[in-house]
Amino acid sequence: MRDTHHPHTALPLAPGVGYKPQHYTALMHDPGTVRWLEIHAENYMGGGGRPLAQLRALSERFALSVHGVGLSIGGESPLDTAHLARLAYLTSWLNPASFSEHLAWSTHDGAFFNDLLPLPYTATTLARVCRHIDQVQTALGRQMLLENPSSYLAFVESDWSEPEFLCEITRRTGCGLLLDVNNVFVSATNLGFSPEAYIAAFPLDAVGEVHLGGHAPDVDDHGAPLLIDAHGCPVADPVWTLLATTLAQMGPRPVLIEWDNDVPDWPLLAA
Amino acid sequence: MTQTIRKTDANHTLDLAAEISQSTFLAALLQPDLAPPEGLIDGQNRPAGRRFSVYRNNVIASLIDAMEVGFPSVFKLLGAENFRPLARLFVAEHPPHSPLLMHYGTAFPSFLAKIDALSRFPYLPDMAHLDLAIRQSYHSPDAPPFDPQDLEGNPLESLRFSFAPATKILASPQPIFSIFQHLFNAAPRPNPGPEALLITRAEFDPIPHSLPPGGHSFISGIMQGHTLGIAYENTLTTTPDFDPTPLLSLLMTSGALCAEEGLP
Repeated sequence: MRDTHHPHTALPLAPGVGYKPQHYTALMHDPGTVRWLEIHAENYMGGGGRPLAQLRALSERFALSVHGVGLSIGGESPLDTAHLARLAYLTSWLNPASFSEHLAWSTHDGAFFNDLLPLPYTATTLARVCRHIDQVQTALGRQMLLENPSSYLAFVESDWSEPEFLCEITRRTGCGLLLDVNNVFVSATNLGFSPEAYIAAFPLDAVGEVHLGGHAPDVDDHGAPLLIDAHGCPVADPVWTLLATTLAQMGPRPVLIEWDNDVPDWPLLAA
Repeated sequence: MTQTIRKTDANHTLDLAAEISQSTFLAALLQPDLAPPEGLIDGQNRPAGRRFSVYRNNVIASLIDAMEVGFPSVFKLLGAENFRPLARLFVAEHPPHSPLLMHYGTAFPSFLAKIDALSRFPYLPDMAHLDLAIRQSYHSPDAPPFDPQDLEGNPLESLRFSFAPATKILASPQPIFSIFQHLFNAAPRPNPGPEALLITRAEFDPIPHSLPPGGHSFISGIMQGHTLGIAYENTLTTTPDFDPTPLLSLLMTSGALCAEEGLP
């Protein structure tokens, strides 16, 4: 596999995994086919100690994707500038191949709720999200990728579809996208749309990274299937199929899979 | 004013869409007895119902999990069946004010102290303090190591020491060190009585050390910038038989100290 890069990412077109500290020793001893790792930004914002020592060592062996979960880009509140400064510090000393965040909100009135909460897709929220992304890209001095959420409900007030909304964000801000194929499948099941139609409408050219994860089945009040984005479950077969369809349309991309799950053969990525 | 173009052809009779502010969303999220805000729907324009609870559960459960990881001593003392309902009350009353959950829960000791039902366990707040101190030590900045050769040629009583940021001291009217050893290192059940401890981090793992009577006073004196001589004399006023020798040896060999230039 050659180390060519897509314009929206400097990550290798090779398998990557979400880094877990308990795997540090095994990973440094024998990384197998793993060429890059994704870390959660907020776990490496302490003053020092083991987390930062491990991260420095990992950065010498692997390409890194820094994935933020705390910026609250979809929030009504202004971005937390102290948090943005911490991110800028992390990305400046680590110089990761990629930085990504979520189309969601988690902070309101100074309180942080540790979840990716949904937002409606309207002219108002579009302008707000674009303003926040501009602010992030300016503060970090780099392009960021924005990840599509997993949805359990929709807003009556939304007047954009999610792919249209994301497409317009990339057009206005120049950001790239992180396409979570499991999230597409979860949202499609939960809200009754076709995942293939979603992918067909998605601005695939802007995708710099792909996520794959597991989900857990539940039901709603009417007995309809309600899939929960639960990290730690194996990737479901239809999600692998959707990944194959997607990669066939857009070409190879860096794909992140959960370490705990069975890693299938990797011909998908070489396509 | 929200546009509602696509809603007018819906089969259902939901009213024209109102904007759901994030304050409204959160208010409903944090009060399980409140119905989800109107204007949240499933894929068929029906009210979202328990779909909203997925977010509710994620928020509460993830913060309770963070508390469980962050307060291992309190968790072990109370057991999951008592700890989790208590943590649920705490996270509703004191949500985090930063995405850095490694620092979450500084209000937990005083929260525990105010709960009447826990007054029979007076050591709980200070065990929460200990959990916090160990966590703060774990994430503290690294510091250049102390080199005893830097002290050569100076009289002992005139020395001042610099402490690594990861070094913490705690004192309590409760036997906090013995409780910790009982919980995590199979030590015998503790006897009542005051105890103090020193936390050091030689490399990456914080370690609590028991402090003798006067030890807390002596170390906090040095931490305040006093010379060893002054800190020793001050300690003698409350602990006349205080012997600093073993403590100085502990400080110099446990990673508690750092080189002078390690100070900010």
